[in-house]
Amino acid sequence: MTRIVIVGGGTGGTVLANRLVEDLDSEVTAGEVEVTLVNDSPDHVYKPTYLYVPFGKKTVEDAVRPLADLVDRRVDLEINRVVGIDTDAKTIELQDGRDTLSYDHLVLATGAKLVPDEVPGLVEGGHHFYGPDGAEKLRDALAEFEGGHLVLSVVGVPHMCPAAPVEFTLMADEWFRQRGIRDEVEITYTYPIMRLHGLEPVSDWMEPRFAERDIHTETFFNAEEVDPEAGVIRSMEGEELDYDLLVAIPPHAGDDLIAGSGLGDDGWVAVDRHTLEAEHAEDVYAMGDAADVPTSKAGSVAHYEADVVADRIASEVRGQLPTATFDGKTVCFIEAGMDEATFVEFDYEHPPELRDESRPVHWAKLAYNETYWLTARGLL
Amino acid sequence: MSEQLTADVTIDARGAGCPGPLMDLIGKVKTADSGTVFELQTSDRGSVSDVPEWVEKAGHELVETVEHEDYWSIYVQKA
Ligand SMILES: Cc1cc2nc3c(=O)[nH]c(=O)nc-3n(C[C@H](O)[C@H](O)[C@H](O)COP(=O)(O)OP(=O)(O)OC[C@H]3O[C@@H](n4cnc5c(N)ncnc54)[C@H](O)[C@@H]3O)c2cc1C
Repeated sequence: MTRIVIVGGGTGGTVLANRLVEDLDSEVTAGEVEVTLVNDSPDHVYKPTYLYVPFGKKTVEDAVRPLADLVDRRVDLEINRVVGIDTDAKTIELQDGRDTLSYDHLVLATGAKLVPDEVPGLVEGGHHFYGPDGAEKLRDALAEFEGGHLVLSVVGVPHMCPAAPVEFTLMADEWFRQRGIRDEVEITYTYPIMRLHGLEPVSDWMEPRFAERDIHTETFFNAEEVDPEAGVIRSMEGEELDYDLLVAIPPHAGDDLIAGSGLGDDGWVAVDRHTLEAEHAEDVYAMGDAADVPTSKAGSVAHYEADVVADRIASEVRGQLPTATFDGKTVCFIEAGMDEATFVEFDYEHPPELRDESRPVHWAKLAYNETYWLTARGLL
Repeated sequence: MSEQLTADVTIDARGAGCPGPLMDLIGKVKTADSGTVFELQTSDRGSVSDVPEWVEKAGHELVETVEHEDYWSIYVQKA
């Protein structure tokens, strides 16, 4: 019996589990292979929905479906939290009930978590739309906001979805216009490096659009502390911005498991960027946001990586040499307001190119969000 | 002279493209004590100009940039 254990039932882990039982159908049916998906919650969350919650376009409930509805019956679903990995003994430690699970192949798809408390004052002073509670609180704050200075500060890099802060800023601009209060609102966008975005073509696309819409920008702005009483955010570079409403992209970290098991010092699993094999352990893969590959932390990446990992593990199970590799393919839609969008596509060899935004791309993004549930189930 | 440079903290960001090396440096500088000397190793050509630009803006000191065969070592001292 070959045991394949996947930790994390988000975008990457769910697609992978479904792909594996499909690819190894006869082996699973014959009882020679067991695919176990361990997730710490019975729910699957589709995080891109949260972008629309602050503007009242979606609810946090729209982001959630029971994992059991998305996962093929042939997958053994274990709702439990993994609290340790022993890569020598090839076991994982579970929080409740069953103590350990042993594996022949392990895949870490544990995603990224938010660590806003790394910046003093940010939890008290800042809003975010990266989780359900934050998105709902921001929706209420935006609804009450009649005017003043809105600061969107990208604090954490890398963070999930490099497009989301750009999208939020452009959507907020248009939303205030639609409500007839844009003249009462000043908007400032801050970014840690010397330009507006990590990807240069995205920054080049943003610059004229932000200028046209009267969105101020501050580059080389690395938030060091927030003073909620005074309504001030201060940067490591010595700048200060007064705010009335602060929306921050909080710092991110990998699951504690990763550093704890020696798989990656900085919390992300060190992997070969093409094979996605862990550098510090045998028979361990990592994918999605948890893996340290030089591309974006995006659902599309997790999806493409799941295809590669499924192919590689299926080959290994069959005693063949795995040949599938990940070429860094990333696709991100970017909302340019409330009804237009563009998208970027790139890989390790090809830099992104952006087209002008259009309505059809906005509708394509919304349509993708709806069909996502079929994608996760492996039907699309 | 470059041979004698010693760093308290070495950050190996070779292989990472922009803005990875700069962000690695910023992350480490954030939590270090004043006076700490960093060696940022990078194979990204853009970092050779971007890192000094940030160092100046943030008020730290650029000690030296040493070119090796396939990477650069940028030495920075936290103010
Ligand atoms: C606001 C927002 C907008 C976004 N928009 C887009 C977009 O438009 N396009 C796009 O491509 N991407 C977007 N993303 C990014 C995308 O959601 C993530 O990149 C994607 O979810 C990563 O998938 P994953 O499988 O790696 O991790 P996740 O989907 O985060 O799943 C990780 C899973 O692992 C579980 N887990 C973690 N630790 C453990 C443990 N120790 N034991 C058991 N289970 C554990 C978690 O509970 C979770 O279920 C957005 C993200 C946000 C926050």
